[in-house]
Amino acid sequence: MAKVIEGLYYSESHEYVRVEGDCAYIGITDYAQHALGNVVYVDMPEVDDEFEIEEGFGAVESVKAASDLNAPVSGKVLEVNEALEDEPELLNKDAFANWIIKVELTDKSQLEKLMDSKAYEAFCAQ
Amino acid sequence: MNSKLYGKLIFEFSHPGRKAYSLPKNDFGRHEFPESMKRRNDAELPECDELTVVRHYTNHSGNNFGVDNGFYPLGSCTMKYNPIIDEEIAALPAFSNLHPMQPEQTVQGALEVEYNLQQALSTITGMDDFTLNPYAGAHGELTGLMIIRSYHESRGDIKRKKVIVPDSAHGTNPASAAVCGLEVVEVKSTADGLVDVDHLKPLLGDDIAAIMLTNPNTLGLFEKDIPEIANLIHSCGGLLYYDGANLNPLLGISRPGDMGFDVVHLNLHKTFSTPHGGGGPGSGPVGVKEHLREFLPKPHVVKDGNRFTVESPCCCRKSDGYCFKNNRISTYLGNFLVNLRAYAYILSLGKENIKNVGPLATLNANYIKESLRNDYELPIDLVCKHEFVFNGLKDKSTGVTTMDVAKRLLDYGFHAPTIYFPLLFSEAMMIEPTETESKDSIDQFIEVMRVIAKEARETPQLLKDAPVNTPIGRVDDVLAAKQSILVYKDDK
Repeated sequence: MAKVIEGLYYSESHEYVRVEGDCAYIGITDYAQHALGNVVYVDMPEVDDEFEIEEGFGAVESVKAASDLNAPVSGKVLEVNEALEDEPELLNKDAFANWIIKVELTDKSQLEKLMDSKAYEAFCAQ
Repeated sequence: MNSKLYGKLIFEFSHPGRKAYSLPKNDFGRHEFPESMKRRNDAELPECDELTVVRHYTNHSGNNFGVDNGFYPLGSCTMKYNPIIDEEIAALPAFSNLHPMQPEQTVQGALEVEYNLQQALSTITGMDDFTLNPYAGAHGELTGLMIIRSYHESRGDIKRKKVIVPDSAHGTNPASAAVCGLEVVEVKSTADGLVDVDHLKPLLGDDIAAIMLTNPNTLGLFEKDIPEIANLIHSCGGLLYYDGANLNPLLGISRPGDMGFDVVHLNLHKTFSTPHGGGGPGSGPVGVKEHLREFLPKPHVVKDGNRFTVESPCCCRKSDGYCFKNNRISTYLGNFLVNLRAYAYILSLGKENIKNVGPLATLNANYIKESLRNDYELPIDLVCKHEFVFNGLKDKSTGVTTMDVAKRLLDYGFHAPTIYFPLLFSEAMMIEPTETESKDSIDQFIEVMRVIAKEARETPQLLKDAPVNTPIGRVDDVLAAKQSILVYKDDK
């Protein structure tokens, strides 16, 4: 059973958002890493890149498939998790501990459209 | 030597100076290349005697697995039998000794074959003309999208940069669109696995170049809303592109042209039974409706009275701007001997028998689906066409995955189905038996799939360790993806 953490926001394309003040960490959920299987490459944006909600900001490639990363919220990239460049398998070890990008949130009200942990758990069970 | 256990590289037989050739004496004097054009290091090519080379490749060929070895249910690939008669015709010296630069009047027979195949494919798909030039399916996709792009641009309609692709599409569709400089927009599927028309509607507008559809789709389901989809796309000024990978069940029964498609590509190495796999040679002809005919690439064979002539590529430098003709996308007229095989296939079946292909392929797929549904999870329970998708084992409690089942099938002498595609289901297993398999071979496959499901319950480790009866055991996919060694280096 895939792990879900309380207090995070979740998108239907299985990204999570962990909010800290005006910033947020974005990554893929435990459910997503299970479905993808062994991750071999993470394509990440550059610092200062900006994207709109639902826009693609990168991709995760596993032995099974390459899957786009869709922005759950609009934002500007403050930091990318460089550890994933050499060790993409960190996403399989702990998807929640290993965020992919840190962003400055453009519009905090967008968070209201995302799911909470309970709603996401139900969404995955469908 | 047991060829089943053969696993050497030609480099391992190499000895410096050993060779299997002798060049004739040089009568032309010595001409040195300029220093700047010479390589700095030796090419390190293997050096072997002729018999060693022959044995090496003969032994390797024994490791190969093809339709001639056994059942090959690779979904969306239509791995049907390639009849010997097609090979015999392609081997006729009158065809195989032709040179593509020969004058037209000396190759009238070959041009007639190309022209007649263009006509036959047009009749089968309901299109107005075809190019046989693309070398493979993805090459056909790119050609088709270039035709669409040229069409819009020739009308000054330059805003149309978006291509709609369903979430169940073949991966080549978005890839081809991207290579053609177009932007991909995804349309979702309904719970029944068909294009969600309600999700499609808000995507439409004056920036849509085309929608790319496979029908039946990759779940083996017929897109029954295609008339409505065609109407919606045409109403917003876009065109419909038909990915012909799954034409097999419709062959001689229904036509993409009648469904509203403007452009189709076919895979002769799938539907029309030319050899497939190992990287080719394939053939990916593209058909168009009348309004797109002028954008077909050249050279192109046309009939002029009783003679066949070749329209040359356009080399105009139009004074009023860019020329939208697609010109060349390949040298000459495509893979001629592959096109010839497909033509032989169509003629040998004939108008009456070609209609049996689809129903038999559909019957075989449904027979397997219904026979295995107690052991494997059927995510969409509908009558399928030529292929269907299981979502792994029904009982997933022992942790056996689709990958494990696929590897175990190799131990039993079957090729694995397409796995982990389409992406709609996490343990997808896509099975396409084709019409050319006998009931006996299909029954054997069903029996083995049941045995594997039983093994998964009782001895799951057996599947985790599979394959054990193949020259190479379980490959480490992660290591292969992360640390690919693509160049041979001698450690000595």
